[in-house]
Amino acid sequence: MKISRRKVVVLGASAVSASLLPINLLAQSDGQSAEDIIKEFTGGANIGSGDIMLTTPEIAENGNTVPISVESKKATAIKILALGNPGPDVVTFKFGPLSATRSASTRIRLRKTQDVLAIAKLEDGSFIQDIQKVKVTIGGCGG
Amino acid sequence: MIFAKKIFITLFMIFGLNLSNASADESAELVVEGQPILTRTKAPSHMENIDEVRSGWTFRIKETQALQMDDFENPGMIFVDKGIDLWNKVEGSKNKSCASCHGDASEFKGLRTVMPKWNASAGALWSMEDHVNNCRTEQMGAEPLKWGKAPMDSIVALIGLQSRGMTMSVKIDGEVQPMWELGKELFYTRVGQLDMSCANCHEDNYGVMIRADHLSQGQINGFPTYRLKNAKLNSIHARFKGCMKNIRATPYKVGGDEFRALELYVASRGNGLSAETPSVRN
Amino acid sequence: MAKGVKPRIKVPKQASAGEAITIKTLISHKMETGLRKDADGNKIPQSIINRFTCDFNGSNVVDFDMKAGISVNPYFQFEAVVPESGEFKFTWYDDDGSVYEKTKKITVS
Repeated sequence: MKISRRKVVVLGASAVSASLLPINLLAQSDGQSAEDIIKEFTGGANIGSGDIMLTTPEIAENGNTVPISVESKKATAIKILALGNPGPDVVTFKFGPLSATRSASTRIRLRKTQDVLAIAKLEDGSFIQDIQKVKVTIGGCGG
Repeated sequence: MIFAKKIFITLFMIFGLNLSNASADESAELVVEGQPILTRTKAPSHMENIDEVRSGWTFRIKETQALQMDDFENPGMIFVDKGIDLWNKVEGSKNKSCASCHGDASEFKGLRTVMPKWNASAGALWSMEDHVNNCRTEQMGAEPLKWGKAPMDSIVALIGLQSRGMTMSVKIDGEVQPMWELGKELFYTRVGQLDMSCANCHEDNYGVMIRADHLSQGQINGFPTYRLKNAKLNSIHARFKGCMKNIRATPYKVGGDEFRALELYVASRGNGLSAETPSVRN
Repeated sequence: MAKGVKPRIKVPKQASAGEAITIKTLISHKMETGLRKDADGNKIPQSIINRFTCDFNGSNVVDFDMKAGISVNPYFQFEAVVPESGEFKFTWYDDDGSVYEKTKKITVS
């Protein structure tokens, strides 16, 4: 996870240019590594552990539709990364003033067996994470 | 907890246990929107080699099973919604929609459970698709819909949904008997490069893994079915075609006599189970 | 506008003030990843729903940024608190510039 000086410079530049791009162009740049995505989200802050729970199936019958849910009571935002996907950034849940529990469920795509990472940004500005391995089966006739 | 889960997964890998099988919830009971669905029952008397018939739902892992237990979670219902739009759409030279004659689709409650069946006026074995297209061409003056495509599958799913929870009871004697016999013969005939019959997987080996997939009995009581694999509704004949490709055989024609006969025979193997349309499968 | 896009929403019709209510949303969309190639070997451009928001009487409930890792027919479940009777507004933003909106009323006792 070591980030070189050069990479930081590039990162900084891309962060500036990225902010000028419409969202859809940003999403197409699948070159972004998990490391870059995390750094963009946390600003390089330490990520601890704590009150965050990511729920995933142990085994996904089909990588096309993997149900996940995440909850972290003091979160203002939670980012989900699929570390083995060509584009690891999956979704960022941002919670507004009228959200109740800071929880969300969705269905994601996983290309292969991999770790799914959830990072929560808390109200006090700190970050915590949870990680779960999901085994994705290779189909027989069904998959 | 995470640590424990990792050890669990590692143990699986070391001992090469049957992964998907271990997580398939075979004893779960299917209740959809408060309505119980019969997923296991005594096999119909014509079946010689199986005592209990089981819905494909019982072979799926609990996360996939859950998708069918709530109509909002069930992605197949998106297509039923589209089916309703199509149902109400005025088409053809006679300026009619399905709704013009039939009101809402509930008129067809129960129809799914007896399909395919003999149509006396046509003198042929009819699938649900034939009813839809006959109405379109004769009553609406509209173009027939193509079998196995989204518009047809959506309408067929909408009509099928009206019978959800009702018992499958396809008639196999009388005029349809020769077709049923042909279907049975096809079910047990080995074809293709892999030299396999339907029965090799779905009668001799259901419950066993084929690579990472859990083989079912090949029941069609939940069709059209939403598959996670292709994220859309899949018709009965399209699934037959897929199976034949898997065993490297040249598929019969969708809507052709062989698949019609096979549909009748396979449907009759599910007599006694509940209609589940639209089901959710892998 | 992408073809065949249809939103579905499940919100209780009534609730008591301050109660956490569960909301489910689903929109039919192919969520083309941008990673696939067509029969001629040309890349099929990405076309996804890239953002989803839910507001209540003008105040935000959730705001989700989505990438191509979200499955076909995006599904979300989350919880909201409603201080008074009013209207939820759900908005989906498509890569192609289309915006799909739907509203649901709720009575708070």
